[in-house]
Amino acid sequence: MSDTPAVHFHQVKKQYGDLEALKGVSFSVEEGAFFGLLGPNGAGKSTLINSMAGLVIPTSGRIEIQGHDVIDDYRQTRRLLGLVPQELIADPFFSIKELLELQSGYFGLKGVPQRAWIGELLERLALSDKSDKNTAQLSGGMKRRVLIAMALVHRPKVLVLDEPTAGVDVDLRRTLWDFTKELHQQGHTIILTTHYLEEAEALCDKVAIMQQGEVKALDSTQALLSKHNYRYLRVTLTSPAQLLVPPLKERLVEKESNGLVFKLEKSASLTQLLAWLHESQLEVSDVSSRDASLEEVFLDLTAEGKG
Amino acid sequence: MQTNWIGCWALFIKEVRRFYSVVVQTVFAPVVATLLYLLVFGHVLDTQIETYDSVSYSQFLIPGLVMMAILQNAFSNTSSSLIQSKMHGNLSFVLLSPISAFEFYVAFVAASVVRGVVVGLGILIIGMIGFDLTWQSPLWVVVFAILSAAMMGGLGMLAGIVSDKYDHLAAFQNFVIMPLTFLSGVFYSIHALPEFWQTLSHFNPFFYMVDGFRYGFFEQSDVSVYLSLGITILFLIIISSINLILLRKGVKIRQ
Repeated sequence: MSDTPAVHFHQVKKQYGDLEALKGVSFSVEEGAFFGLLGPNGAGKSTLINSMAGLVIPTSGRIEIQGHDVIDDYRQTRRLLGLVPQELIADPFFSIKELLELQSGYFGLKGVPQRAWIGELLERLALSDKSDKNTAQLSGGMKRRVLIAMALVHRPKVLVLDEPTAGVDVDLRRTLWDFTKELHQQGHTIILTTHYLEEAEALCDKVAIMQQGEVKALDSTQALLSKHNYRYLRVTLTSPAQLLVPPLKERLVEKESNGLVFKLEKSASLTQLLAWLHESQLEVSDVSSRDASLEEVFLDLTAEGKG
Repeated sequence: MQTNWIGCWALFIKEVRRFYSVVVQTVFAPVVATLLYLLVFGHVLDTQIETYDSVSYSQFLIPGLVMMAILQNAFSNTSSSLIQSKMHGNLSFVLLSPISAFEFYVAFVAASVVRGVVVGLGILIIGMIGFDLTWQSPLWVVVFAILSAAMMGGLGMLAGIVSDKYDHLAAFQNFVIMPLTFLSGVFYSIHALPEFWQTLSHFNPFFYMVDGFRYGFFEQSDVSVYLSLGITILFLIIISSINLILLRKGVKIRQ
């Protein structure tokens, strides 16, 4: 594995009229990483990804794929990169197989080995029996598979998936997870944007959280979770809660039928919590504790930005 | 940087297959529509309009109609393909590939030339059989057919790039292409026009394409065939240059 990052962003800015979609984004994605790019709608994730793929031309800054500039050396970078776009794109004039053959042609690939690879992709993505179908007639899930096949047709080193599991059923989501994990194990660098935080937590070894065109946090998923200053305590009660003392009321995040969930600073002691519960005259039957999920870290970070 | 000719060829084939998959709409319909012009105008005006020596009006009309069909269909091919791809989003398949602006342009324009020439040829074959039309200088016919189709393919691409929706494209087609085509001498020799309109016709680039194309059949024309050739090439260069600049900058394509 080389020292050159798979992708490097340097002060990337994108301006649409008065809107600053990207405000000087700089970071790198290491080769072989499974990288998550998270953020609320309008954070600039798709703009950043599309800038990497050449679908958007940044106003300033530099993006490199394995050391090649995406503007000056676009032929090389487009061969290195496969993008699965967020929108379910179809071409009403062609079948799945025809589209894959045409896409191979755009990359200068033809012949028996390429046809064999197309066959393998169709097989792996369970599209073989539909390969002669027009892409406009396919269901959303099928279209998503076609887009993944299209992105892989030239065997790119870096695969970017923009919300790949949005709107797909549970089965397909599981299939896509397994497939991307397999690609990662084969040595591909994977960059994933998703709204499903549990997906990022399960798959990604490193995560960047974007908000309003800026990177708010960038770290390994584990470090990001452990850096979070809170833990969550679920208290099971024998009878419904009546009145909570103010420190407990401040920390209450969820009310359940037979219990309460509190968000507690890691520095705060459990004895203190039990004392507050006692002061509130609550009968406790059980207490369980867990660390923050990526979703909670994400919400905290993006809420700070809004404030 | 090495040219990606395989990619360019694949895109050209895709564009040809695109119009071939709807061949009734893209080839047969314009051939039939143009033959109806020939039937109506040729029959009604055959003895009433004077053209060149020993050339009947119907014979005079056929090259004009063929060129009109070439111009309109070459324009339609690039413009409609581009706007459809933009609207459906599938243009990104091409934009993600290592195809340069030049290769993109060549592939689209070459496909528009094929469509323009196929439609033109359909009309010409029927016209030549039915109206005893022969070509005196076939080389000029071929040169003007290809250059004019390429110029219009380029103009279609320009319209496709700048248009955000079908409405914009329809405006371009109805308010620019259609009037310029009808006022280019397709149906008449400009010598039959009052002086003011004759002068004005010289500012219409389509006039030179029609006139030069017609020269290939009769070896007679309203202006020198070399002037027509020069102006057609000049417009092809201008339109191609504008397109290549816009494609390289990604205007309205790479946001």
